[in-house]
Amino acid sequence: MLEVDKKTFEPEVLQAEGKVLVDYYGDGCVPCAALMPHVHGFAEVYGDKIKFCAMNTSKARRVAIGQGIAGLPTVAIYENGEKIDELVKEDATPEAVEEMIKRHYA
Amino acid sequence: MEKVYDVIVLGAGPGGLAAGLYAGRSRLNTLIVEKGQDGGQIAITDEIENYPGQRVDIEESGPSLIARMTAQCEKFGCERLSATVKAVELEGDIKKIVTTKDEEYCAKTIILATGAHPRKIGCENEAKFTGKGISFCATCDANFFEDFEVYVVGGGDSAVEEAMYLTKYARKVTLIHRRDTLRAAKSIQEKAFKNEKLSFMWDTVVEKVDEGDIPNMLGKMWVRNVKTDEVTVIEADEDDGIFGLFGFIGMIPETGLFEGVIDMENGYVVTDENMATNVKGVWAVGDMRKKSLRQVVTAAADGAIAAMQAEKYLSEME
Repeated sequence: MLEVDKKTFEPEVLQAEGKVLVDYYGDGCVPCAALMPHVHGFAEVYGDKIKFCAMNTSKARRVAIGQGIAGLPTVAIYENGEKIDELVKEDATPEAVEEMIKRHYA
Repeated sequence: MEKVYDVIVLGAGPGGLAAGLYAGRSRLNTLIVEKGQDGGQIAITDEIENYPGQRVDIEESGPSLIARMTAQCEKFGCERLSATVKAVELEGDIKKIVTTKDEEYCAKTIILATGAHPRKIGCENEAKFTGKGISFCATCDANFFEDFEVYVVGGGDSAVEEAMYLTKYARKVTLIHRRDTLRAAKSIQEKAFKNEKLSFMWDTVVEKVDEGDIPNMLGKMWVRNVKTDEVTVIEADEDDGIFGLFGFIGMIPETGLFEGVIDMENGYVVTDENMATNVKGVWAVGDMRKKSLRQVVTAAADGAIAAMQAEKYLSEME
């Protein structure tokens, strides 16, 4: 998992080629902390074809809002800089996140 | 033959963890299943001040209280499973649960502690803007609205306490309540009325939400005064482009999995005073149960009673 911030988000996610997953989390977000180990696990399994990133939105909320993110946790998948799929809050269960990853794992 | 636990506890909120603690201390082979984070609702509660014996020397939060409950539970040997349960077989001497990964776990007794989830605000377009400005978790999403405007719907303890929490971040917080008085405890109300960043919109309900200048983000809402029927349109500040709308208007019990098997009233599981359901070997505890007071302390008490009843049932079974 690559930790990105408001400076590195652009080059690492938006300018990256291929598919990038971003796990948006925040300080004090307990559901985010519960989800994160699962996403780390998925990075081990699917990391060969999808680049896995995490971003602390508490330190980059303008960037997050610019990406249409205002609720945590959100797990989004980008392709060539474009957000192509996402799961927000209650929908972002470990099972659903893995399903979403599998849909884009190619 | 596959392993048969003495007890499977579904849910790791205060009720489930207390059940696990008592079952573990009784040397029952116990598995606690949780789909999300330990604590359930209390895990996303910023401030708690009414659990007996909690720390008063620090500002106790839901997560800090629940972390100690988890540690206490694990000390007495409870096994843990992080999974979502999709099916249950509660009848018969051996009960079975099936996870969404099609893994099966069996037990002689089951303690249901699945809790409740937040009630929706009930306005048009709500689903589309949930996570895009609408939230039911202040500790998750307060950061997004730092120095922005925030609206909170509700009038009970949670609504008022979370509204005060949000004033630490937002420029201004407005509590929207459908009545003209709060239901929250007097001590909480006193604090709220002194809070300069908190204002109140009485006799008002949210009818509809929509995007503003930023596509797909909450930027506009229609509120209606229930006494005059007057509708007011609220729009995000131009520079902000977005505002927050947090709902704290009660909970809905998480009992859909047990419908048709376990007796319920309005979705709440009906138990006797020993937490027993209508099905032998199955108990229900905490917020999912029909009861008069839904608090951490009553959930924990339920859990203790259910675990001791399970122990008694198991010893009679042998």
